[in-house]
Amino acid sequence: MKKKVSPPFHPVSAPDFLPLDQLHQLQLQRLQVMVQRAYDHVALFRQRLTERHLTPADIRSLDDVAKLPFTVKTDLRDTYPYGLFASPMKDIVRLHASTGTTGKPIVVAYTREDIAVWENVMMRSFAACGLHAGDVIQNAYGYGLFTGGLGAHYGGESLGATVIPISGGNTQRQLMVMKDFGSTAICCTPSYFLHIIEQAPEMGVKLKELPLRAGIFGAEPWTESMRQRIQAESGLKAYDIYGLSEIIGPGVAMECLCQAGPHIFEDWFYPEIIDPQTGQVLADGEEGELVLTTLGKQAMPMIRYRTRDITSLTREPCDCGRTLRRIKRIGRRSDDMFIIRGVNVYPSQIETALLKVECTLPHYQILLTRDKGLDEVEVQVEVTKEVFGDTVGALEKVQAQICHSIETLTGLRMKVRLVQPQTIQRSEGKAKRVLDQRKM
Amino acid sequence: MKLKQLSLFLENKPGALSRPVRLLAKAKFNILTLSIADANQFGILRLILRDWEKAKQLLEQNGFVVRVTDMVAVEVADQPGGLAKILDAVEKSGLNVEFMYAFTEKRANKAILVFRFDDPDRAIQKLQKHGVNVIATVDLLAQT
Repeated sequence: MKKKVSPPFHPVSAPDFLPLDQLHQLQLQRLQVMVQRAYDHVALFRQRLTERHLTPADIRSLDDVAKLPFTVKTDLRDTYPYGLFASPMKDIVRLHASTGTTGKPIVVAYTREDIAVWENVMMRSFAACGLHAGDVIQNAYGYGLFTGGLGAHYGGESLGATVIPISGGNTQRQLMVMKDFGSTAICCTPSYFLHIIEQAPEMGVKLKELPLRAGIFGAEPWTESMRQRIQAESGLKAYDIYGLSEIIGPGVAMECLCQAGPHIFEDWFYPEIIDPQTGQVLADGEEGELVLTTLGKQAMPMIRYRTRDITSLTREPCDCGRTLRRIKRIGRRSDDMFIIRGVNVYPSQIETALLKVECTLPHYQILLTRDKGLDEVEVQVEVTKEVFGDTVGALEKVQAQICHSIETLTGLRMKVRLVQPQTIQRSEGKAKRVLDQRKM
Repeated sequence: MKLKQLSLFLENKPGALSRPVRLLAKAKFNILTLSIADANQFGILRLILRDWEKAKQLLEQNGFVVRVTDMVAVEVADQPGGLAKILDAVEKSGLNVEFMYAFTEKRANKAILVFRFDDPDRAIQKLQKHGVNVIATVDLLAQT
């Protein structure tokens, strides 16, 4: 029996249901305006078009996007801080920055109109998972330079919901507020919510008895098994939201009530999937790197931005009736990947492997070391009450199961170390899964 | 008849054993007997305490993973062949011993051993049939 989801749609969601011809027409109009704008105001972009003997007039159809040059993260670093801005500072009302893991951060800018677009897509994101005026949104994304906090904040308020700007961290306070203020939705990273779940019993909070019904989780890759675990243990529905600062922040794509992969808000963001090696555009359904082009950004137009996120696009109709294409959950990023003995490994593979073993919780960390030129991987996994038998044999069995599960998924034998609960550092933002202590 | 045992997961690193032991000492819990099993990378601390429920709560609040298991305590004559006799009974009953350790206390000239069987109820029944003196929990915990 197929479950049909037909909730009353919120009026703000109207653009999610545009007929495709209208959507494409709108996309092309916006694209042309934006390419012209970038050409006129961004030296790097103009130079790259000129090298390819292109002018904005050559963009006559959506297929012509493929002619445009890619933008990569290092372009933002190389032009740090303001080199890619297409608006004068007097029109720029907000700056955000991402904490660069290597060297300088990247800076992103918004005009008042850009903020309005962002508000719009975040509002539609919340509406897509059934939120409306009257909902109480506990916004545990970090406020500040990180786009998560303010992005969700503005969207929630515009929708008419009550926003609690609690920001990340202080788990005890999160739980107290959740219980006392009657939050119906929470925004944070999936790994942080898992931490909240874990702390709840100690605070005497029974998550399943709270009015909390939706979790808007994003900002880090996670897996379907993690979603199942979160839902089973907290009673809420976990939705995947996707976004990145370079494009706008959260709200590039969001899951609807069907939880069948985030719908890209294509009226504002044009998606492509490419082969990361060759740069060739791949067909819908094929897996590759997600490339996004902003269609309305004024302050900082992004043209064919390579996200490093590996996914695929699908045009298969969703039960919700949205015409927007969906991306497959992003389980991995090409830059999270680590190479061990010549094999590419993603942390999400380890997570999936762990969740396959009964009763293990995905509190894990991957430690990379190098001994006499030989790479070693140690996966540290916290022991839970459920897996802890009182015999050495029972624990060794769990250890062996994890080892086997990892080997099945990655083809590599990794050392598995069981550690005491709560010893792996909990992150309040993005979980740090890989500790690379190899000296190159 | 069954005796409650607490098992704790310990990482194999300095201080791993002293932390729970100090915690119990500070809260004035008296450990009646204990045993440690060690594997390559981790260990299991097994404890028998009078007030095991409260001890479990305390340990869990402090982040330990604790498991409660039913153990069987039997009396053994403190003389050569005493243990062998018990094990004969175990063998004849077709019971499988997961592990065992001794109690620190003695009653007259008898020693006390605690056994972990997969099916403690069946074990008690079988051992009694073979004339082994299985000690009632109350008796044991009442001793000081």
